[in-house]
Amino acid sequence: MSRSSKAKQTGYVQPDGEGRFGGFGGRYVPETLLPALQELEQAYAAAKEDQAFREELDHLSRQYAGRPTPLYHAQRISAELGTDIYLKREDLAFTGAHKINNTLGQILLARRMGKTRIIAETGAGQHGVATATVAARFGFRCVVYMGEEDMRRQRLNVFRMELLGAEVRPVSSGTRTLKDATNEAIRDWVVNVENTHYLLGSVVGPHPYPMLVRDFQSVIGRETREQFAQQVDGLPDLLVACVGGGSNAIGLFHPFLGDPVRMIGVEAAGRGLDSGAHAATLSKGTRGVLHGSASYLLQTDDGQVQLPHSISAGLDYPGVGPEHSYLKEQGRVTYLTATDEEALAAFQWLSEKEGIIPALEPAHALAVLQQGRIDLPTGSSVVLCLSGRGDKDVHTVAKALGRKLS
Amino acid sequence: MRRIARLFHSPGKKLVPFITAGFPHLEDTVALVLAAERAGAHMVEIGIPFSDPLADGPVIQQTSQVALANGVTVPWILEAVTQIREHSQVPIVLMGYINPLLNMGLDTFLKKACEAGVDGLIIPDLLPEEGTLFFKQARSMGLSTIYLVAPNTPDDRIQQLGREAEDLLYAVSILGVTGSALAGQEKLDRYLDRVRAVSKVPFVVGFGISTPEDVQRAAVKADGVVVGSALLACLDEAADPVKEAVEYLRTLAAALSETSKDTVKGASI
Repeated sequence: MSRSSKAKQTGYVQPDGEGRFGGFGGRYVPETLLPALQELEQAYAAAKEDQAFREELDHLSRQYAGRPTPLYHAQRISAELGTDIYLKREDLAFTGAHKINNTLGQILLARRMGKTRIIAETGAGQHGVATATVAARFGFRCVVYMGEEDMRRQRLNVFRMELLGAEVRPVSSGTRTLKDATNEAIRDWVVNVENTHYLLGSVVGPHPYPMLVRDFQSVIGRETREQFAQQVDGLPDLLVACVGGGSNAIGLFHPFLGDPVRMIGVEAAGRGLDSGAHAATLSKGTRGVLHGSASYLLQTDDGQVQLPHSISAGLDYPGVGPEHSYLKEQGRVTYLTATDEEALAAFQWLSEKEGIIPALEPAHALAVLQQGRIDLPTGSSVVLCLSGRGDKDVHTVAKALGRKLS
Repeated sequence: MRRIARLFHSPGKKLVPFITAGFPHLEDTVALVLAAERAGAHMVEIGIPFSDPLADGPVIQQTSQVALANGVTVPWILEAVTQIREHSQVPIVLMGYINPLLNMGLDTFLKKACEAGVDGLIIPDLLPEEGTLFFKQARSMGLSTIYLVAPNTPDDRIQQLGREAEDLLYAVSILGVTGSALAGQEKLDRYLDRVRAVSKVPFVVGFGISTPEDVQRAAVKADGVVVGSALLACLDEAADPVKEAVEYLRTLAAALSETSKDTVKGASI
């Protein structure tokens, strides 16, 4: 029996016991980290079965993080496109993005495992802020690794993390961005593995991270399902989300994978797919191993990791979550791209038409709708994951539009 | 018997320098390996540079960047090994992260590594269970697959990894990356005693070994020592890297041979 026919009968069940999504995923790590990954896997398996854990996470999600987030029918852009567009408002979640869903889940696991110190990587700083927030709430020491280049671009978030009591450690190796911050966080974990939990921010890394981050983010899709059924009826025709590592997209998609719902992930095409300056891993990459898992990867002909580019720091990553690679190969999800310029246009469009300033990441997802790149039958309904708010990006956008802010 | 197995069944402690291929300059690699052998190295580990070396500290991160900027690729390294083999039979281990090998094609890599005269492989980000087929095939082609164990590896796993690896284990001295400080003597001894007790396979110890004293401290309980970051640090910006390496390795070799004698004496008492 083929894998796909089995999936149809039993519903979508991934990964397998070894953390593999088809030929992707796994654990490509130094021996030193294996005990910690096994410990995390066991702690998570036990927590999932523990009603007290689920209730505490649910309580915090509601009372601390502001869930459920609204599903909002964006009428003016819907009218313009002739398609009903619903925005899943993760921009209204506490700390301004979907990242809090994952950090709340993982901090409870860290406490369960008796760890006393939290480390994290961050690119734009959104995951760093969401980590520093839960570390403060639960009284953990917190170190966030951030590339020097990103620290310069995102000074506001650096200060937010410091206000929350976290130490932000500048990473000056390699390209001084997210990829290198992740390397440094993993190195820190190797050294401090006995007392430290690595609070990884996306559906990347070695097993069990892609699975557990997905599960914590799936609250996005579960709420969407319920809200859509209440507000509209049945299921949406199409789901759209941006993909860097891919956590907000998997979070929205996962609860719908067994249903007849189309899904589109949107990667950053940067200055264009043929420019060499993009972050379109699934569209232009090849199979490889980075940061502990096998997935698509932007790499040179010699197998060295390539520098990505995107106007959006959250999409500026040369890898992608292994489950996305699997969903692409299965043909279950279609992956498209949007350029820096298209994302900027969509950013302004949503701001002007709906009064919502989106983060640049989901502006990429919005761009493929605005550009009419998807064939949609009349009367279709689309849910787009608005994964974060745009405050963090106003300097970048001002600069791109040639405006000077004092 | 494979060359590495033979080496570690012969008496005496073994000195194993690690160099990053193509560092500091492309033309240094073959010369450095040959010079290291003359200076007393028993086996040489050649690092395949990778853009994202997770298990390495600042020195090897930097040497890797320099080597990549110099244009080093896996085929280039295999060609260097072929050249070394025209002059020397010193056992050669390639140490490299999995991605560049995967990119080349694992079958192609193994075939070419064998043809070039490589003796063993260390893949720090490929756990034996992730690379079961690859490692099995490597062994069937006559290569030694050297698995890493760490201070937090449980006894039964050390035993199992030793059995699978067959020829040699690499005991990472600390929870940490290359180029860190060595652990205190008591902690180190306890760990290495544990490796010795649960596995019958010879082992080298590496990470954090930089001075003749470190060599002696680490070698007492092990079959050999690996010296990487400290060696590379003295090649950086050296006017004559080969000369620099020879001088440094000679002092380590001298320290090691004292330890070998002491240990033999100790054993006979």
